[in-house]
Amino acid sequence: MKTKEQITLQEIESESIKISGAEAVIRCLLAEGVDLIYGYPGGAIMPVYDELYNFKDQLNHIMTRHEQGATHAAQGYARTSGKVGVAIATSGPGATNLVTGVADAQIDSTPMVCITGQVGSHLLGSDAFQETDIIGISTPVTKWNYQITKASEIPEIFAKAFYIARSGRPGPVLIDITKDAQFDTFNFTYQKCRGVRSYKPVPALDIHAVTKAAELINQAKKPFIVWGQGVILGGAEEEFKALVEKSGIPSAWTILGLSALPTSHPLNIGMVGMHGNYGPNLLTNECDLLIAVGMRFDDRVTGNLETYAKQAKIIHFEIDPAEINKNVKVDVPVLGDCKESLEAIIPLVQKKTYPKWLGRFDELMKVEIKEVMDKDLRPKKEGLTMGEVIVSINKHTQGDAILVTDVGQHQMVACRYTDFVRSRSNVTSGGLGTMGFALPAALGAKMGAPEREVVAVIGDGGLQMTIQELGTIFQTQSAVKIVVLNNEFLGMVRQWQQLFFEKRYASTEMVNPNFIAIAKGYYLEARKVYKRENLDSAVAEMIASEKPYFLEVCVEKEDNVFPMIPTGASVSEIRLK
Amino acid sequence: MDKTFTISIYSENNVGLLNRISAIFLKRHINIESLTTSQSEIKDVFRFIIIVKGPEESVKKLIQQIEKQVDVIRAFYHTDEETIFQESALYKVKSSALFEERHIQNIIKESHANIVTVSPEYFVIEKTGFRNETDRLYHDLAPFGLLQFVRSGRISVTKSKMGISEIIKKFKSDN
Repeated sequence: MKTKEQITLQEIESESIKISGAEAVIRCLLAEGVDLIYGYPGGAIMPVYDELYNFKDQLNHIMTRHEQGATHAAQGYARTSGKVGVAIATSGPGATNLVTGVADAQIDSTPMVCITGQVGSHLLGSDAFQETDIIGISTPVTKWNYQITKASEIPEIFAKAFYIARSGRPGPVLIDITKDAQFDTFNFTYQKCRGVRSYKPVPALDIHAVTKAAELINQAKKPFIVWGQGVILGGAEEEFKALVEKSGIPSAWTILGLSALPTSHPLNIGMVGMHGNYGPNLLTNECDLLIAVGMRFDDRVTGNLETYAKQAKIIHFEIDPAEINKNVKVDVPVLGDCKESLEAIIPLVQKKTYPKWLGRFDELMKVEIKEVMDKDLRPKKEGLTMGEVIVSINKHTQGDAILVTDVGQHQMVACRYTDFVRSRSNVTSGGLGTMGFALPAALGAKMGAPEREVVAVIGDGGLQMTIQELGTIFQTQSAVKIVVLNNEFLGMVRQWQQLFFEKRYASTEMVNPNFIAIAKGYYLEARKVYKRENLDSAVAEMIASEKPYFLEVCVEKEDNVFPMIPTGASVSEIRLK
Repeated sequence: MDKTFTISIYSENNVGLLNRISAIFLKRHINIESLTTSQSEIKDVFRFIIIVKGPEESVKKLIQQIEKQVDVIRAFYHTDEETIFQESALYKVKSSALFEERHIQNIIKESHANIVTVSPEYFVIEKTGFRNETDRLYHDLAPFGLLQFVRSGRISVTKSKMGISEIIKKFKSDN
């Protein structure tokens, strides 16, 4: 029999490990190594925010000005740091405002955990104030999602969420927590998730496939590598470089693969896809072996599938079995984590060079320089081009900045012409093409890599989709360098209207506000450039600044981005003008 | 060429998974002919049987997308020849028909259907079999006035082994 005092003591002790669901949420985040989250408070998530107040020293919360901004910031953070980005919002509109960022993270394989508040469980299904079925809404755009209605579920579900978000092919996970589950108390213990029985993040490496792939590589006369973000997500940059150098194969990148191999590498022959380089696109239909590494044959890369690399054998290094034969039928799929599979294939590949074949890319590059790049980068006309702004940024950052881009002409120009010396330096919305991505993503990118220079290149259209995040940048004083390329048009849409819709410029011309006044209204250093002679000094001043800086460059209104593969056309039909 | 395929999914019994799976079909404009869910031979493992018509290539891709879902243990597709399958149907008929029309008793007998319940107002017949068998009974009973008719989705088992227990056992030993 226990004495009365003993029983009371025991009760007190068990009380002391009893915590609320809201506190459990914070402790789970800390247990997963999270020290920074982005979000926006509101009714149904208030218990968690109240706990944030107690953990201010351990968990930094950045309040964006809109929930969409929180997701893009979390994405930017994830892309530069390699960690899981976290965004938090309230129920109803707070939750639905996350959806664009979640969809973006899903299609671009960005690890992210989103937490939403939900109305009390007794109100579920009653159309309560700010109730929305965010689980139903987010299902098609999440890797996994779950609604927590009991506080005791929190540790297990959070552990699972982080495990799923970061393992295998990464992606976004959304956890919806009812308000009562945030208030209720329970005995908290945390255990990291080590596996989920229905989920196999990385397929086992098939040595037979690796051997078969090596044979094809060794036999090829005109092999060609196209790499994607898988190389970066797999942390396989070294292995990839070793394969490229040993095999001597010319290699091109998809927009999300950019920066995995330095720009100056002699075997880095440029970008594939709609606005990619001339040679890599044309020679896709001339190579005898196409080696795809961590990429998914997106339609913007392949153009018309009926005429895509039909003459070539295809090897596909891929972590996600659902990507095999999805768009392009391949001869040898090599499933697995590319860090592992590339490492396995290097010793089997013969050391070779392809001077004649590489020369073909050089020849076509000369054509592209003459027909496109000279005009873009060394213009003789009066108006400024987007390309020469990028040249100036390259000069002042020595190609060692993180480039964050939005969506449209400026994105294509920036990705085509920016120099990179190291990986995880390109943050852009690739698959979803989300205008408004860049400004909040740049904030997150800077926080994910605070020691690095972050330059956000944004169009005047995209800027205005999330312009409110200037407030977050001002409040955090995060030293993001914002370059707005203002052509007073939704340039890419206008380009299509010019080329394919008989110049019928429906709703693409923008009557813009005074951006400098807006930036200054947020107390940001700001400068506007109209003339070539002022460009270089303005970029120098921006890069030298240790604070956030807003640079508006007024560029030619009706410039087009070339080369271009029109939608539905073959990669062979790439146009130079 | 369009063919009928049986998709079998072994999954966790999680709320929302049905939504996730149906979204895969919706996104690709593939019509679900029938869908049945139930527990499986393994405790805590759920089974979906989904019937689709389409070219094998697109069904293959569907399977890849379904298997990609975190809560799905495995997904398979099979042709009719590779499965043993049945459908169940219920027919509700006025009781007066049973007593007034002696012919109806022969129909029931010949079709190997079962009488589930008989009340003064109505009786209910159950028939399990292939689609043509439940269809035939439907047409035979229709002249007597069907008060209600309902047919289940196809349920099926495969001739080959599924190997789900092995997957689960392997996971347990790995973790």
